[in-house]
Amino acid sequence: MNVSGWILALGQTALLILLAPLLSGWIKWVKCKFQNRRGPIPWQPYRDLAKLFRKEVVMAQQASPLFRATPYLVFSVTVLASSIVPAFAVGLPTAVIADVIVMVGFFALARFFLCLAGMDLGTAFGGMGASREVTISSLTEPAMLLSIFTLAMTFTSTNLDAMVLHTLTQPFQIYPSFIFAGMSLLLVGVAECGRIPIDNPATHLELTMIHEAMILEYSGRHLALLEWASMLKMLIFGVLICNLFLPWGTALHLEPTAIAVGLLTLGIKLMGIGFVLAASESVLAKMRLFRTPELLSLAFIIALLGMLGHVILEVH
Amino acid sequence: MNFTVLTLAEQIILTLAALMLFTSFLLLAQTRLLTLIHIFALQGALLFATTLVIAFTYGRHHLLISAALTLGLKVFFIPIQMQKLVTRLDIKREVEVVGNPSLIMFGAAALVLFSYYAVLPIRELSMLATRNTIAVSLAIVLLGMLLIISRRKAVVQVVGFMCMENGLMFAAVAATQGMPMVVEMGVALDVLVAAILFGIFFFQIRTEFGTLDVDKLNLLKEVD
Repeated sequence: MNVSGWILALGQTALLILLAPLLSGWIKWVKCKFQNRRGPIPWQPYRDLAKLFRKEVVMAQQASPLFRATPYLVFSVTVLASSIVPAFAVGLPTAVIADVIVMVGFFALARFFLCLAGMDLGTAFGGMGASREVTISSLTEPAMLLSIFTLAMTFTSTNLDAMVLHTLTQPFQIYPSFIFAGMSLLLVGVAECGRIPIDNPATHLELTMIHEAMILEYSGRHLALLEWASMLKMLIFGVLICNLFLPWGTALHLEPTAIAVGLLTLGIKLMGIGFVLAASESVLAKMRLFRTPELLSLAFIIALLGMLGHVILEVH
Repeated sequence: MNFTVLTLAEQIILTLAALMLFTSFLLLAQTRLLTLIHIFALQGALLFATTLVIAFTYGRHHLLISAALTLGLKVFFIPIQMQKLVTRLDIKREVEVVGNPSLIMFGAAALVLFSYYAVLPIRELSMLATRNTIAVSLAIVLLGMLLIISRRKAVVQVVGFMCMENGLMFAAVAATQGMPMVVEMGVALDVLVAAILFGIFFFQIRTEFGTLDVDKLNLLKEVD
């Protein structure tokens, strides 16, 4: 049982890593359809990554070892974070190792090194992107933790696996606080993954980019790893939001049929969330950088409201 | 008592309460007048839904009349009337000047916390499962008040006033399953008259002072 559990856990992590470019390609494809363009096929990101891996790495002479190490570090930390998230089954052995606060910590670690690498070469864009990234993350992290705490208060656990298991095994309940936690987590996810209205992933216009500005100096396999890590981060957020709020379909027992159903529902949920994201990105415009604190403080307020709602309405 | 023993209807009522509170926050965050009026209509719709759910689950059929009044007045009549007014006064696209928005939002969150603590002793008196909504309705009243003091435009202040009234109505419906019919009719009439009167006053203020900014009304007193 335990060996097969570990194999499944490794398989789940590998699946998430392999699926990440597909989700990003799917979002891009749907977005193009919304905007009446033909759009690249959904598996285009795989080709891009393969091309980048084949290319040689060009690096500035002043680059420190930190600059060289960062892509590997960021990628491996994101992979570690992805192994905690229950994707298609609960009760996997990796899930009990770490809880959701560790996952937020992993993201913070990756961001820390990315910012350092952005400033490493001393170019204007790297520093600018790093400072913006830190500004935004300082606003998203409290909102994310607060919305997670709201969930944790209901489930009396901060373990993601236990949270999903709780919702699956208990009779159906409408928790008012979950609506707020979900909304807040959506806003935070959009900000963390650098999507519209906070950041535009498609642009390379100097003054508006955040994430792209930090990785501007990277090339070849380093760039591929960083791109892949950011796709994986988006997938993690997608899986997290799907499985925390709509966990139905996730496999409770490690049996072939249950796992097949889990995989199928996960695919459908991710396609759905990608569709919603693409639709919202087609309707919304990117926000001015100086207005993003307003949006993110709204996310924080919503999360706070969720917690207050839990205390006022759900605790008797 | 655990949250899990509540019936589905009670859960829906609590969710609607949370959503009403959320619309109050949206009203505070909103700077466009027309969107503000739409959010106010949405809050009215939520109140209507709450009244309807309570009327059916507890068999309080006189609440159906109250629900119809809410639907007619607060979801359709008053918002449409205000929308017409705003269009006629040509202040549709006006962006409100609010003092530091984040500060107001945090003040609002503090008000919610305050109303929770203020209501704790009152809560013990009620045996209803939905008694927790008293805190929410007090918070909605206080947030309406905050909306009134944090804005300068007279139209928004009227919306704040109506929002307070929504909070009171919500308390009456959700926490005690409705007031006597006479009182509800009276309140509905009050609101209607207030809305019409405010409409007339807006025109008067506008023709007199050329603005709807209430800060300018301080200039009324004759100097020297």
